Amino acid sequence: MDFTHLTAHELHDLLVRKETSAVEIVKAYSKRIDQVEEDIKAFTLLTRDRALEKAELVDLKLSQGEEIGPLAGIPMGLKDNMCTKGIPTTCSSEILKSFVPPYDATVTEKLAKAGTPLLGKLNMDEFAMGSSTENSAFFKTRNPWDLERVPGGSSGGAVAAVSAGEAVFALGSDTGGSIRQPAAFCGVVGLKPTYGRVSRYGLVAYASSLDQIGPVTKDVTDCALVLNAISGHDALDSTSAPVEVPDFTKYLQNDVKGMRIGVPKEYFGQGIDTKVAALIQQAIAKFTELGAVVEECSLPHTEYAMPAYYLIAPAECSSNLARYDGVRYGHRAEQAADVLSMFKQSRAEGFGSEVKRRIMLGTYALSAGYYDAYYLKALKVRTLIMRDFDKAFEKYDVLLSPTTPTPAFKFGEKGDNPLTMYLSDVCTVPINLAGIPAISIPCGLADGLPVGVQLMGKAFDEGKLLQVAYTFEQNTEHSQQRPALGVR
Amino acid sequence: MKISKEEVEHVALLARLELTEAEKDTYTEQLNTILEYAELLNKLDTTGVPPTAHPLPIKNVFRKDEVKPSLDREEVLANASDAEDGFFKVPKIV
Repeated sequence: MDFTHLTAHELHDLLVRKETSAVEIVKAYSKRIDQVEEDIKAFTLLTRDRALEKAELVDLKLSQGEEIGPLAGIPMGLKDNMCTKGIPTTCSSEILKSFVPPYDATVTEKLAKAGTPLLGKLNMDEFAMGSSTENSAFFKTRNPWDLERVPGGSSGGAVAAVSAGEAVFALGSDTGGSIRQPAAFCGVVGLKPTYGRVSRYGLVAYASSLDQIGPVTKDVTDCALVLNAISGHDALDSTSAPVEVPDFTKYLQNDVKGMRIGVPKEYFGQGIDTKVAALIQQAIAKFTELGAVVEECSLPHTEYAMPAYYLIAPAECSSNLARYDGVRYGHRAEQAADVLSMFKQSRAEGFGSEVKRRIMLGTYALSAGYYDAYYLKALKVRTLIMRDFDKAFEKYDVLLSPTTPTPAFKFGEKGDNPLTMYLSDVCTVPINLAGIPAISIPCGLADGLPVGVQLMGKAFDEGKLLQVAYTFEQNTEHSQQRPALGVR
Repeated sequence: MKISKEEVEHVALLARLELTEAEKDTYTEQLNTILEYAELLNKLDTTGVPPTAHPLPIKNVFRKDEVKPSLDREEVLANASDAEDGFFKVPKIV
């Protein structure tokens, strides 16, 4: 039996029926990694020995007749911006290449307690800045559906690993679309939870008012299971929300009858591929057929989300990344004569060009004389964008749009103009500004490449998103599609 | 031009980034492109609109001032390029 196509809940059923063992599952994934990783290059580091030890503990529990949780023995990977005690955490950056965290991120700890073996750390755009994983300081990750194309980003490694069957699930992080955009490009399910739903303690910060950790999974049921495992208030993250966490699996109901779905017309503007638009129309038709009430609606400030994001995110990044000074951790330039030169040279050597660009932009937007014109203006526009969503959710249960304007693009295709790359996040960025949850699920193939439909919900209403996504999945075949990957 | 090469040099100093001449030219051009794009925001009248710095209405989250276990000093210093006698070490300042 090929375990590497199976979901967490399918593997869990096999485990409790004693039809396999956790060690066998880890070995199967390890073998799959040997077969495809040379082509995909999803992992920055493999931790297979630790994964096996963890699996042995789960098997011991099973042999003693103990009950195991739904994710026990289910091998996964973590984007390499989540701290893992004693295991390097690099953010795919030269500056953190030798950083070994002395503590675990809260999500790392939660998944460890859930009994999930960690297969390794996953490649990303450096410091999560990018939309193709081409900004990794180490290597490019390839899209399992077409090795000449990007997996998307910045959680490209996380998504490619799940898509290629190298991990059952993964955790990514999403600041402007970094879970949903690659999930769409690689044909898997990706959820950005509500801001504050999942603790950011131990997530290396990029833009603190936008960053959120979320699941990358093969189906919607797994998404609910992983969300259950990682959600909840955390005293170690003052921005985590003190709200109750429901059992998200309760929302896995095949029913959208009477559900009101709004389709914001601004998300179908210029730049949207006609084949993507056609697949989104098919998804809309499917929801109508299933009894939902689907209507066009408007989020009038949508066009301002991108320029606001590209001031707010770099501003926060310039502040957050000020900590990389070569003193306490990270790369230090060797020949510096004085402290100021040491700071400047360490950062010059340690950061890649996109990170430097955003630090520069953010420093400028926050500097004396420009703060009001750029940063403060962007924060006011953010309010208007949030109000658009508030108003829409007075009328609709969820909103629906394409996740990305096009399917996965080729390596190097976006060229030297950073704006061209930024625009691949045009449908995902507004959601982070508003802090609301959104999920991307597969909705078909355009010329053999996956396309994702995005569902957006009210703050802390991930349940409804999961219900709508689950219903779509149960009534279509899209989520069962897997890339026909050559095996070495 | 929104930002000159001299301003780029000043911002680089504020950001503690040593840039090559080529980088200065590239960033001058690219920052101008992005800032031109940001001009779009000025089409909107935001008079009377409050700024949103953060999506959650959480303010001043305090905890009790209690002694709790902290990170092990040796483990923390192990990540530093240079350390001595339990301290981080940097090049001479004065």
